[in-house]
Amino acid sequence: MNQREGYTDDVVKGFITWSIIWGVVAVLLGVVISLQLAFPQLNLPPYLTYGRLRPIHTNAGIFGWGIGSFMAFFIFITQRLTKTRLWSPGLARFQLYLFNVVIALAALTLMLGFNRSKEYAELEWPVALLVVVLWVIFSINIIMTIIKRKEEQMYISLWYIMATLVGVAVLYLVNNAAIPISLTKSYSAYAGANDANVQWWYGHNAVAMVLTTPPLALFYYFLPKSTGVPIYSHRMGIIAFWSLVFMYLWTGAHHLLWTPVPDWVQTLAMAFSVMLIAPSWAAVFNGYFSMNGQWHQMRENYLVKFLIFGVTFYGLQTLQGPSQAVRTFSAFIHYTDWIPGHVHMGTLGWVSLILFASIYYTVPKIYGREIYSVGLVNLHFWLAVAGQLIFSITMWVAGIQQAAMLHATNPDGSLHYSFMETLVEMYPYWHGRALGGIIYFASLLIFVYNIVKTVTAGKPAAVTQKA
Amino acid sequence: MLEKKPIIFLLIATGVILIGTVVTMIAPFKWINDPKLKIAEVKPYTPLQLEGRDLYIREGCNNCHTQTVRPLLADVERYGDYSKAGEFVYDQPHLWGSRRTGPDLARIGGKYPDAWHYKHMADPQSMVPRSNMPKYAFMQRPLDASLAERKMKALGFPYSQAELDALKGKSEMDAMVAYLQKLGNDIPWRKAARTTVAGDIKNPFRDDRSVLAEGKSIYDKECAQCHGNDLKGGVGPSLADLKQSEADMFKIVFSGSPAGGMPAFGDILGKERVWKVVTYLKSRGH
Ligand code: HEC
Ligand code: HEC
Ligand code: HEM
Ligand code: HEM
Repeated sequence: MNQREGYTDDVVKGFITWSIIWGVVAVLLGVVISLQLAFPQLNLPPYLTYGRLRPIHTNAGIFGWGIGSFMAFFIFITQRLTKTRLWSPGLARFQLYLFNVVIALAALTLMLGFNRSKEYAELEWPVALLVVVLWVIFSINIIMTIIKRKEEQMYISLWYIMATLVGVAVLYLVNNAAIPISLTKSYSAYAGANDANVQWWYGHNAVAMVLTTPPLALFYYFLPKSTGVPIYSHRMGIIAFWSLVFMYLWTGAHHLLWTPVPDWVQTLAMAFSVMLIAPSWAAVFNGYFSMNGQWHQMRENYLVKFLIFGVTFYGLQTLQGPSQAVRTFSAFIHYTDWIPGHVHMGTLGWVSLILFASIYYTVPKIYGREIYSVGLVNLHFWLAVAGQLIFSITMWVAGIQQAAMLHATNPDGSLHYSFMETLVEMYPYWHGRALGGIIYFASLLIFVYNIVKTVTAGKPAAVTQKA
Repeated sequence: MLEKKPIIFLLIATGVILIGTVVTMIAPFKWINDPKLKIAEVKPYTPLQLEGRDLYIREGCNNCHTQTVRPLLADVERYGDYSKAGEFVYDQPHLWGSRRTGPDLARIGGKYPDAWHYKHMADPQSMVPRSNMPKYAFMQRPLDASLAERKMKALGFPYSQAELDALKGKSEMDAMVAYLQKLGNDIPWRKAARTTVAGDIKNPFRDDRSVLAEGKSIYDKECAQCHGNDLKGGVGPSLADLKQSEADMFKIVFSGSPAGGMPAFGDILGKERVWKVVTYLKSRGH
């Protein structure tokens, strides 16, 4: 327990528990929808069709598993980096309660078909309003803790945390602007190409502010904690920070290449996407260089293994992303299975591996117990990596094949394949992806079992480490 | 310096975020709303079409279907004329989508007769056996149009009482099909894009029995859904004993008969394969 330091860790426990639960739901739904694509008879209209379940999958993944854990770790990390107790533990407990209400409402309303249709901003306006309340409460609590801090210097993780708080707020408010018709129906405030451009300014920066800056905050905190040596360069972290938060906002239109959005917006997006490689890889190098002389820990320390694999997938992700943002390549792979391959290397590889490491680090600490089984941790690791690689690789091959078929022409200039002829070739890959998903799901169950056992039956920690 | 001043840090971070936002998200409104991009023929949705659009959103069809045709050969030949900004001015929200598990629907309007859609929506696999689109037979239930007038007002679309009254007794499916048939059809692209047959129209495979197997397989994949597995007809007329000349058959298959509900297959199949399927039909006719 952290009575000694006096930190508020009971809500951290609560957020970790609930984010794991929503994570299991998200991955399970991922498996279900991947099976629905391969076996359409698994659609159960009206509520359980692919069209209604896919948004629940993405929302449970990004908001339930992602944001839920980030809330846990922002609260955990901020207290320790500021050497200050959370500003208001009561508010945080209310936040946990509201968080679960919001995610449950999100799942329920999406299943009923109350959907704004904008990706990652599907929730109808009453639920979206609750999200805003949730975020405001959360932000106030974290920012007040930082203001009242006892440690003057703010470590780089706190920078990423604060950027996330303002970034998400700005994005969410703008893209959710709506004309309400009834409690369950509203129309976007923007129309057509304008709406699309606002949406993908939001959509890509949801990637930035939810799937990039928070895991980076965690990475910068948990890597030195796990290895016992400080981060290679704080200065490099800071330069990378400012260029990252500056450049990301210019890139939304790389989701809209070749559409009626003005050409110059697309070109800017393409250029800034390529430039983003620099700050992204600065973080990757910062991680690698911190391992100088410590590489043996990859074998001995499972936390390091998760973190370094995670940041490696981040590195690959931020090379692949910019390539997809180039017009010629986009013409080819846009709209194909290549993109889910990209998405899940990020979510399953980068984001989830960092979260697993953070949970494996934190849970023994706040419950004062040792991890139940290191063997199971390693099994979890290898199954998760295998499942994710099977998923991503089958989808990249599938995407390239379908793209090649869709673009193939006959000598007289007509198309060589009808749409259906390309679709039937996808089935074997969809079976492969479902298999990868099932393996990943199995790894997740092992993880859950190990965590539950640690909490209920782990050996009491011999020496309470300093947090 | 900033390491010690959280409030100033937050302000500067917000400022940095807003630069890219202003340039790439706010400024483009001016370009997109340029009056020069307006297309006079593009009309707002009728109450029935708008209800259909809302059902499309409710069912999440946009998770599998896009609605933008890119100016690329593979898109234009498969889906029709490329999309223009002016065509979407009434779309709140846009439904461009990000994934084409199914084909693009930006120009689905007028591609098929209504009857095809009713059958396909209820049971896609009955028309396209290996489709993975879910079955939407439940949408034969009555349409709840209680918010129709409020929706039209909120979006500022013109409507008449007659149109609202006509919603009574409609099914969800009626609304969905009405919406699909409007999509991409306001500008007269079909007429402009209609592929006409140039050069001499002579069957290169006449009496060549070796192409019959391929002709049949093309028929099963592309034509049986409308003309029936046994050529006896369905959505389209029976082709069992056609008296047409090969050249006339070629013309209707190649260029279609948009008004009659027969899609054009010239771009999708190419001349050679159209001839093969015609050869197959001829072989069945006698
Ligand atoms: C799981 C993905 C999926 C979902 C969800 C889905 N579709 Fe489809 N759709 C397809 C596929 C694949 C095809 C191509 C095969 C076929 O025609 O069935 C298709 C074809 C179509 C076509 C014919 C297009 C053409 O050019 O031949 C229409 C129209 C259509 N869908 C409408 C809808 C509507 C309306 C919805 C929502 C109620 C919907 N679809 C939901 C996958 C989907
Ligand atoms: C979406 C449904 C549909 C599909 C798919 C379709 N047809 Fe048709 N077809 C029709 C309709 C409807 C007509 C009647 C057109 C008219 O009356 O103008 C027609 C007419 C025809 C005719 C002329 C028949 C006559 O009596 O004059 C021929 C020949 C024909 N189709 C061949 C084909 C072939 C070959 C294919 C496949 C490559 C095909 N059709 C696919 C709906 C379809
Ligand atoms: C092993 C577990 C998982 C499986 C099997 C799975 C499966 C799927 C499938 C089938 C799709 C639809 C792809 C398509 O449109 O063709 C999808 C989309 C998506 N999933 Fe997952 N998923 C899993 C885990 C996750 C997790 C944990 C997250 C988030 C943290 C996530 C985030 C997303 C997102 C954001 C999309 C939308 C991608 C896009 O629009 O291109 N997934 N997933
Ligand atoms: C430099 C960094 C990155 C760039 C330039 C980039 C670029 C892109 C591009 C161009 C697309 C659109 C592909 C298409 O539809 O054609 C895309 C999709 C996506 N990317 Fe990345 N990416 C980057 C990093 C990441 C990271 C770290 C993640 C974390 C998970 C991620 C998650 C996603 C998701 C979820 C989508 C799917 C959006 C959708 O269509 O719904 N990306 N990315």
